[in-house]
Amino acid sequence: MDWGAIDSGGQRSAAGWQRRESRHRQDPAGPRPARPPGQLPRLLPDGFTDEPTHLGEHLARHGPLPAWGGALRWREELIAEVELAGLAGRGGAGFPTAKKLAAVASSGRRAVVVANGTEGEPISAKDKVLLAQAPHLVLDGAVVAAALVGANEAIIVAHSAVSDIVKAAVVERRRARADRIRLRVVPAADQFVAGESSAVVHWIERGIPKPMATRQRLSVSGLNGRPTLVQNVETLAHLALIARHGADWFRAVGTAREPGSMLVTLAGAVRWPGVYEIAIGTPVREVLGRAGGPSVPLSALLIGGYFGSWVDAEAAAALPFSTEGLAPVGGNVGAGLVAALPASACGLVETARVTRYLAGESAGQCGPCVFGLDAVAGQLERLADGRGASLGLLHRWIGQLRSGRGACKHPDGTIGMVRSALEVFSAEIDLHAEGWCTGTTEAGVIPVPAWSQS
Amino acid sequence: MKGRTGHRARLAVDMIACDGRGLCAEVLPELITLDDWGFPIIARGGLPPELQGQAGEAVRLCPKLALRIER
Repeated sequence: MDWGAIDSGGQRSAAGWQRRESRHRQDPAGPRPARPPGQLPRLLPDGFTDEPTHLGEHLARHGPLPAWGGALRWREELIAEVELAGLAGRGGAGFPTAKKLAAVASSGRRAVVVANGTEGEPISAKDKVLLAQAPHLVLDGAVVAAALVGANEAIIVAHSAVSDIVKAAVVERRRARADRIRLRVVPAADQFVAGESSAVVHWIERGIPKPMATRQRLSVSGLNGRPTLVQNVETLAHLALIARHGADWFRAVGTAREPGSMLVTLAGAVRWPGVYEIAIGTPVREVLGRAGGPSVPLSALLIGGYFGSWVDAEAAAALPFSTEGLAPVGGNVGAGLVAALPASACGLVETARVTRYLAGESAGQCGPCVFGLDAVAGQLERLADGRGASLGLLHRWIGQLRSGRGACKHPDGTIGMVRSALEVFSAEIDLHAEGWCTGTTEAGVIPVPAWSQS
Repeated sequence: MKGRTGHRARLAVDMIACDGRGLCAEVLPELITLDDWGFPIIARGGLPPELQGQAGEAVRLCPKLALRIER
């Protein structure tokens, strides 16, 4: 897979993922005073780096985690603080973190924490960059989460490009006797669906990265039947900071309904593609501005991820980058991806490519996903090629597949993206019907792995 | 959980187990239709009491044991 495509010149270079060997850097300024709550970045190191932050530097910047004795009262108070903070999951679904913590904590049985850094989406890089640059913040979060839900073990599932960095960080902590909780690193399966919660549990348990037909919630019966908290790695990093600084500090940036900062992957036609940390609610134009702005005139943005939505670039520019703010154009922040489509590219061609890729990434377990997504991708390809697709069929299948037809949300997410494409690129659909295509650049602005296009 | 029409019970398919044999849609066409590939689509709104008997029959007839009633 060609990671280089998205990070050339990026501020948060992904080149650093590969570089494991590193010198220990002492912070010349010594321990720093608490940083102003509004200051970004919170999660990523200041300025350019392609080295992981070592334990000493990490502690100098963030200070130690508050001490706790495992007392029930502390657990309840911190979960209440997380609720006040309004932290929501950063893996794409945006589920309230406090609710999940409380559900697992209430089981009364020995729980387990899974830090999900699978990030199977081809152009998303924010979890890899976070794990590569600030592994200890994620590990802090996993340790705090474990203490909150009554777990004595946390398993970090990290993308294989960065799993050695995380392993090294765990070794560092073991030497320093930093934690009372056992930390284990498992390299993730490199597939799109492998990041789905039950698929992550399935992968750890049996080496099969496919979603399971779970009748019980993972918070009740997950890994080896234990109550299981599966949480995205960025969410855990925020949790580590809330444990230190509290809810008010966390809410100092972001919007009232969606507080805090978030990591975004800016890809496609922007000057410096890469991973950036923004305050939620920052206008979309300014978000793109972090990457130097558009490199060419844009027509549309794919926001949220491959399960996100296409939105008109001009309509979105002034909107706040938040799920509430993007609602008028049918978008949501998802897992923080923004891919910019040049005006010279054909949105239908790009959508057909992404859909074909997603159809191929079906775990192959559920009929509607296996047959339905393949059929939808086929019609989109006909549409893109001007071979006379049936819009009627396409809409019929979208209706049949749009909600709850699989064991996981793979069909739902794919169909949501396709629906948005048919709306945003409706003028192009009309042109294609007449034998015209406005696209002049080669297909592939939105990258997908080469195998999916044969 | 109550469905939209207030019925507590609802039909659910284990889509991984389901093979698209389609017996359920024959026994219970009121609530189950098949998509273009032969896999069941369950109507929203839960299971009305008057269809409980038929639904039980559909559950028993499913050769893949993929259909169930959740209460």
